[in-house]
Amino acid sequence: MGILTVKGVNKRFGGLQALGDVNLDVAENTCHAIIGPNGAGKSTLLNVLVGKLIPDSGSVVFDGQSVLGRQPHEINQMGISRVFQTPEIFADLTVMENMLIPCFAKRDGAFRMHAIQSVRHEGDMIAKAEEMLDEVGMLDKREMTASSMSRGDKRRLEMAMCLVQEPRLLLLDEPTAGMARADTENTIELLKTIRREKGITMAIIEHDMNVVFSLAERITVLAQGTPLVEDIPDNIKGHPKVREAYLGEAQV
Amino acid sequence: MTDQTNPSVTTAAPSPRPRAASGGFLGLTKRDSTLMLIVFALVVLAPFILNPFPEGSAMAQFNAGYPDLMQRFVIFGIFAIGFNILFGLTGYLSFGHAAFLGVGSYAAIWSMKLVTLNVIPGILFAIVVAGLFSLVVGFVSLRRSGIYFSILTLAFAQMMFAMAYSVLTPITGGETGLQIKNTDTPLFGGPTDGSIGRANLFGAEMGNSYELALGNWLFTFNLGYYIAAVFMLIAFYLSIRVFRSPFGMMLRAVKSNQQRMNYTGLTPKRYTLWAFIISGMYAGLAGGLMVAMDTQVGPERMFWTASGEVVIMTILGGAGTLMGPILGAGFIKYMENIISKINKDILHEWFAFMPDGLEDVMVSLVYPFIGKGWHLTLGIMFMLVVIFLPGGLVEGGQRIAAKFRRNKTAGDN
Repeated sequence: MGILTVKGVNKRFGGLQALGDVNLDVAENTCHAIIGPNGAGKSTLLNVLVGKLIPDSGSVVFDGQSVLGRQPHEINQMGISRVFQTPEIFADLTVMENMLIPCFAKRDGAFRMHAIQSVRHEGDMIAKAEEMLDEVGMLDKREMTASSMSRGDKRRLEMAMCLVQEPRLLLLDEPTAGMARADTENTIELLKTIRREKGITMAIIEHDMNVVFSLAERITVLAQGTPLVEDIPDNIKGHPKVREAYLGEAQV
Repeated sequence: MTDQTNPSVTTAAPSPRPRAASGGFLGLTKRDSTLMLIVFALVVLAPFILNPFPEGSAMAQFNAGYPDLMQRFVIFGIFAIGFNILFGLTGYLSFGHAAFLGVGSYAAIWSMKLVTLNVIPGILFAIVVAGLFSLVVGFVSLRRSGIYFSILTLAFAQMMFAMAYSVLTPITGGETGLQIKNTDTPLFGGPTDGSIGRANLFGAEMGNSYELALGNWLFTFNLGYYIAAVFMLIAFYLSIRVFRSPFGMMLRAVKSNQQRMNYTGLTPKRYTLWAFIISGMYAGLAGGLMVAMDTQVGPERMFWTASGEVVIMTILGGAGTLMGPILGAGFIKYMENIISKINKDILHEWFAFMPDGLEDVMVSLVYPFIGKGWHLTLGIMFMLVVIFLPGGLVEGGQRIAAKFRRNKTAGDN
């Protein structure tokens, strides 16, 4: 039993079977990639995991507790953080404020009426945020407005915002989509470092095979809403079923 | 003006970094303490500052240092400061905040009619009742955002206005509103000789004034004004604390990205609801103070144009800034009460030095912008500010200050 177990999940949108009997088991302290051609149901599956969609049937259990029917903020409080395809950050706020918000969310829960004490006096939170910024190499940018940064830095910031919460599971939705080559390489390096040094469990949805094979320790291939194969990367490369699913789409 | 939180024009964003705690007081940074001191000085010295022209001079009509108007400055200042906590921080544009002001007024006058003519219980009661109403209105309205949220708040406020005007007449006095009458018998300390009771603070009446004549100048220090001013200073101080708190940061996060908030384990709706309630309580405080200063209330106080007025005050002064709402409220109330009083005869006096024909031309050119036409001037000002100074008058002040600083550095070099 892994940290995240998906069993027999079905999701139908009108006539379209987006997910059909999906089973998935993400083991603790691994990087598990979910790949598949466009329309395979990767994003639908991710949205089920974070509570944005409720499946028609099946179960999703994280760390012994069902996540079904829970709000996204409750699922985050259980220990699942999500990185989006386009970085979702607080664009109008400074980098430091972007970091402090997840720190407060982790300490104070979903809501707290802390309207009188000053942020300046939250020494522990500030230290924690600065430490994380230092780790991702952005400490010198802490007073910058987040919207003024490059795409790569926004991605880095979003990742730091997730990591500072010390999640049990980090979900990554095509973290390098639409990125320049150099930014992609940077992001891969960053993720590798996080994996190596923090031992955080990751589930990654990705289109870019380069990214997948650099990071994943286990891969599930989805096609038309159903898992085709699940195996280690070496066995996925050149697997006939995978070739079939990707026919003409990418070199596997 | 260093209280700007709009990042696009910020030269020094409010920093959560620990600073040396020196120089500030009451838990404020040095910069915020300075701001607090400036507002304190302006408010305390208002009877002098607003009366710069000697009595009987041609300019005396621009004096605004009379109690009634000064009270309005600080009361609407409170209203706008509270509105700014909701609109300036979360970006949720309520178009029904005058309803909470009205509710506060009704609550305060009932407290005076039934319980005591002392203003303090009345004001506290106004805050509590307005808070409860804003809880209900906010809870429902916040199911939607953007324009639909604004429409819902507007609908609520108009419903409350219409009900106060008609079916709730036994409670609100309907069209004529409520006044304190000589038949009222408050539980504690009402007048015994059949006269009309007056609002007081432990016996001292709101209307009490001390007049100071210095040469041709006459300065009026009014008790009611100073009581309202104390409330405004507290309200302003609390708003600084809210702006600098983790709660205030969360409210700005609501404006910036609710999706990220959700996925960070936070509930943007609850934060916004509390901002709504706090700003509703500020409106209730303003409404209670209005009754304390002038013991009557009518439903027109809740009309939608009154809600619109506080929106304009906040945007004109600078939404999301600390000083903006106060400046905006002062500016609009000054225009409404002073500029609107200038009539054609006064204009003729001003331009009397010109040849007759030219004088008439000048008068007819200027006339549409003053007196009853003051709305035109305000409208043009508002448009100019929205287009060229999105940060309001505060941004204007900052730009001028920045220009001076640049010139100074250039001069030093």
